[in-house]
Amino acid sequence: MSHEATAPPRRHVSVRVTAGAVIVLLVALLGFAIAVQVHANSGTDSLENLRTDDLLGILDNQDQRADRLRTEIAQLQNTLDQLRSSGDRSSAARRQAREETQALGVLLGTLPAHGPGVVVTIGDPNHHLAAEDLLDVIEELRGAGAEAIQFGNRRVSTDTAFTNVNGSVAVDGAVQVAPYTVTAIGGPKTLDTALNIPGGVAAAIRTAGATMSVAERQHVAITVTRALPPMTDVSPTGH
Amino acid sequence: MIAAVALIIGVVAGLLLHPTVPTWLEPYLPIAVVAALDAVFGGVRARLDGVFDAKVFVVSFISNVLVAALIVYLGDKLGVGSQLSTAVVVVLGIRIFGNAAAIRRHLFRA
Repeated sequence: MSHEATAPPRRHVSVRVTAGAVIVLLVALLGFAIAVQVHANSGTDSLENLRTDDLLGILDNQDQRADRLRTEIAQLQNTLDQLRSSGDRSSAARRQAREETQALGVLLGTLPAHGPGVVVTIGDPNHHLAAEDLLDVIEELRGAGAEAIQFGNRRVSTDTAFTNVNGSVAVDGAVQVAPYTVTAIGGPKTLDTALNIPGGVAAAIRTAGATMSVAERQHVAITVTRALPPMTDVSPTGH
Repeated sequence: MIAAVALIIGVVAGLLLHPTVPTWLEPYLPIAVVAALDAVFGGVRARLDGVFDAKVFVVSFISNVLVAALIVYLGDKLGVGSQLSTAVVVVLGIRIFGNAAAIRRHLFRA
């Protein structure tokens, strides 16, 4: 203290000014550093300011995580493949079942059908034909491979009955009036040939005193359907 | 007063320029800032106690920053960098709290 008191005032002042300037500079530097550091820390990439071992730890964690995720992806891929293949199988089975249902529906007469076939017109003005004669026509068509048959306004199926009722013919109990129209789906040529074979159905019908004509068509439609009779006694046996 | 203005100017300059911290400085800057803060709080306290000395302040400021940086450097070389910088921050934090308490007593008499 004593030497400060004896020092020249000018020098004392200049030292004080210098010290003040240095302090100001340092404090300004501190403020600058604070702002810079805060800015760097709040940047998007916080990894920048981490140490090597921390980074290594993070990298390790990420590697393990990636491995886990890769395993998970493989498992999920596997599951997806399994589900997809089982989906293929079940969709194939469904398609097959649908096709079977349609084929059975056409055979049993529960579904309308269309396709190439023949239209048979049988004229019987003098009521010479009996149920057996008309059944013969149906049998001949079936034998020639007809897949769906409509007789008048009735669909012909497995349990269709032709009966004689008071000199008329009834199909499944519905009385038919001549001329009878029979529509059959199948190979038109085959059906035509089968009906008109010498000594066959057509010849028998003409011999009985009735007329019969067969028209081959590239497209006939059978729109009449029938309901399945409920099964009361039978139950299917699984295979 | 002038020092406070200087601090504000420094902050504003840092915000306006926002330079990127050079890589070699990255580990040291936060510790250096905390050390400098400690020196500043000590200086304010000394001022209020009436024993402020510009030379002491300048020397303590610079040495604080240098020692803090040296400790972090040494810690990094020894493989205990993060622990040592935590220790430095804790110690400096305690000192800052002590100084802040003294300043508070001066300013509010409580």
